[in-house]
Amino acid sequence: MIDTLRLTAEEGLALIEGGQLSSAELHAAYIAAAGERDEELHAYLRLCEATESGGVPIALKDVISTKGVETTAGSKILAGYVPVFDSTVAARCKAAGMPIIGKTNTDEFAMGSSTENSAYGPSHNPWDPTRVPGGSGGGTAAAVSGGLAPWGLGSDTGGSIKQPSALCGNVGLRPTYGTVSRFGIVAFASSLDQIGPVAKTVRDVALLYAIIAGRDANDSTTVELPGAVELPTTESLSDVRIGIPKQVWDLAGIEPGVRASFEAAIETARSLGAEIGECDLPLSFDYGMACYYLIAPAEASSNLARYDGVRYGPRVDAPTYREMVEQTRDAGFGDEPKRRIMLGTYALSAGYYDAYYGQAQRVRTLLIREHRAALEQFDLIATPTSPTVAFPIGDRAADPLAMYACDVMTIPSCLAGLPGLNIPSGLSEGLPVGLQLIGSQFGENALFRAGHALERAIGFDTVPERLR
Amino acid sequence: MRTTWETVVGLEIHVQLKTRTKMFCRCAAGYGAGENTQTCPVCLGFPGALPVMNRTAIEWTVKLGLALGCEIAPRAVFARKNYFYPDLPKGYQISQYDMPFCTNGSMIVPLPEGELTVGIVRAHLEEDAAKSVHVGGQTGRIGGARTTLVDYNRGGTPLLEIVTAPDIHSSEEAKRFLLLLRQTVVELGISDAEMEKGTLRVDANVSVRPMGSDELRTRCEIKNMNSFNYIARGIEAEVARQIAIWEAGGEVKQETFDFDAGSGTLTPRRSKEEADDYRYFPEPDLVPVEPPAEMIERLRAELSEPPAARVVRLGKELDLERALVLVTGGLDALYAATVAAGADQLAASNVIANNLVGAGVDPATVDATELARLVSARERIPRAAFDEAIAKSGDPGFTADPFLALEVVSDASELDPVIEAIIAANPGQVAAFRGGKEGLLGFFVGQVMKETGGKADPRAVSDLVRDKLLG
Repeated sequence: MIDTLRLTAEEGLALIEGGQLSSAELHAAYIAAAGERDEELHAYLRLCEATESGGVPIALKDVISTKGVETTAGSKILAGYVPVFDSTVAARCKAAGMPIIGKTNTDEFAMGSSTENSAYGPSHNPWDPTRVPGGSGGGTAAAVSGGLAPWGLGSDTGGSIKQPSALCGNVGLRPTYGTVSRFGIVAFASSLDQIGPVAKTVRDVALLYAIIAGRDANDSTTVELPGAVELPTTESLSDVRIGIPKQVWDLAGIEPGVRASFEAAIETARSLGAEIGECDLPLSFDYGMACYYLIAPAEASSNLARYDGVRYGPRVDAPTYREMVEQTRDAGFGDEPKRRIMLGTYALSAGYYDAYYGQAQRVRTLLIREHRAALEQFDLIATPTSPTVAFPIGDRAADPLAMYACDVMTIPSCLAGLPGLNIPSGLSEGLPVGLQLIGSQFGENALFRAGHALERAIGFDTVPERLR
Repeated sequence: MRTTWETVVGLEIHVQLKTRTKMFCRCAAGYGAGENTQTCPVCLGFPGALPVMNRTAIEWTVKLGLALGCEIAPRAVFARKNYFYPDLPKGYQISQYDMPFCTNGSMIVPLPEGELTVGIVRAHLEEDAAKSVHVGGQTGRIGGARTTLVDYNRGGTPLLEIVTAPDIHSSEEAKRFLLLLRQTVVELGISDAEMEKGTLRVDANVSVRPMGSDELRTRCEIKNMNSFNYIARGIEAEVARQIAIWEAGGEVKQETFDFDAGSGTLTPRRSKEEADDYRYFPEPDLVPVEPPAEMIERLRAELSEPPAARVVRLGKELDLERALVLVTGGLDALYAATVAAGADQLAASNVIANNLVGAGVDPATVDATELARLVSARERIPRAAFDEAIAKSGDPGFTADPFLALEVVSDASELDPVIEAIIAANPGQVAAFRGGKEGLLGFFVGQVMKETGGKADPRAVSDLVRDKLLG
């Protein structure tokens, strides 16, 4: 009997390599778990047959193209779209023998922080199904946390891996921009989108990162990793300098329970030998959100132009080309993509470009410098990942600004292209709280070492209490 | 007093590069394959597909820039040009905006009255759109069409856009500039640049101003002109239209026209078909390109003397028009070799530009030494034989020998004995001729030609016969 709630990918791999278990059996166990719990969680949009063997099964966010398997990005405008090619990350997983368990739910085009923007209905948080699992990668997070997958891949534009990992009690890595191929990823904002792993342990995340990372000839923005991925073993944080942005303490909207858990995690880090200090990221906290909500929608407005009903996806027939495109897009896109297409189109328009998109790009440069300066002083920057624990489904759905505020602490480092790791730091009101560690460019190994040491010391039980 | 008007023209030229593969994917870029057979997820704009730059296309762009004396950007950036059209699969064209590969060049256009310098504002690289066929409706355009069919084979092929300054002041200047630019492109080996096939496309921005003024008045754009002559006629028609408007006290509005060569008329495009705001921004799926200095130097070293300079040089030994024809026809190398092999300049120029081109012979296949022998002998061998020799001059192993053996005989010392024999043999005809039947001259000439196997020069024979019979 396989306990899918507790089995880590590393343990699963050991069982497969030791001959005690096959990939197919493991795959079947997760499919069975999905059969048991996915009606409630709605983590998956569709389940897949096992076609690979030798590796640990995986869940893939539905923005990741999978050859022969419908890929919708949570949108009606891609209903029935079956890619004729594998994304590079899917191909690398397959090459490692990893069967796909299923395609996980996401906010439409990864735009959102709760999965409530999915055209196929929201996913539910395994810790409390009346609450959101976070987003946009809520499906992958719920699948890993609910024992429906040992690990999975998400995409992170402004926090879509880190924030759901925080809300569901998982480990999630948003890698350094350019280390993981975006080829075959349904694009949201090209200069920000990164694919990354979600799992129960830092070591699992490191294992999966090693499989997917590295230059891809099909994605010009990728580079070769400067060094090999190291599986962390250390339980000490001596010689690690951790900076806490002083703006964190003044940030409105951080729940007391989140703050308490964050402070406790910092104390744990100190007890493991870390040197804790204060850093200063004033522009990131003041302008990060505004900057993000110009750049990401601007790129999205262009990236989403290809959904015109001409070549694939559903089409609304109309007498003229123009009406066909208008009606197809009107019927196919939900409110959030429409909102961002309008925002982005405006930000790029003649006469507004300099004031909006151009200005945001200049701010972005300043944020990069500000982070670089902080990371000259410190090895890592720590903040809470999300200001709140998982909120009830429907609570913020009508208020886009409240929803956008979920990502206030995850966004700035995304704009700076830096890697960020979420690890669970504890519970507040019975719900997981996440700690965000931000590293230097290509600093994933440092994140893994610190994350692993903290994870061991904190001893968080990743299995939702109600499922234990 | 009537105003005299000056024409002001700037050209926008699109050249389809003949790279083996497309600009941003590895699909074949050639012509003639079945519809939609040279496509892939990248050039069809499938979700998640990403562009990867074609290195050859970039090198060729830089090379053209160098040939036009442009500055090569230390850092060039691709940008997205956003608009909706069925032949644009991504909803944007990857082009260049504020950081093109080449800027600030120029080309000399030799004119009878001196040299015109046409500024090259920029030359940039972009991907071509696919080909749409609008079915139904009257205009052949998308408005009113029942169905639009799209062939994506052309979509994503590399396209070089060259923009000139408004330095051109007549249709004739425009034509000469284009002839020389086309020749430059062809000699660089980067495009076939054939207007009929659409691998060379030209739009003209036209305005007029009172002679002597340096203002720039509202310009109109003319599109869809698929030969150099149509471009010239389109410009002339637009200039006439604008002058008429100004002279009637009106105001020219900025518009885009299609030129219909059949009727010689300009049809305004429905403005709805054109988006005004392309929302350019740097293409985030590609990284900036920094052409390496050693690449630029290597490409610069590969350049040969530009066509315009050769026209100037040849214009001094021939005349400008002949020089232009030779150079823009790709004939001047053969001309130079033929002259070097001993042929007369003017004769060589005429034979090459007229007879050789007329016979459809590829100048690259011709042996200049043999051609020079033919050119020198052309007054002395029968016309038909000369034409045949020219037609065969590109054949492998061609030699002029058998044709030179047919050299006409016009030397009196060779012809006299033959003529005298014929006069002696035909006393009746001689008497009749002397009696006034001058038409019999042809009889005698024919007899001589027959006797000499056609090698005699008929004019020389005719003169000699007349002298003997009447003298």
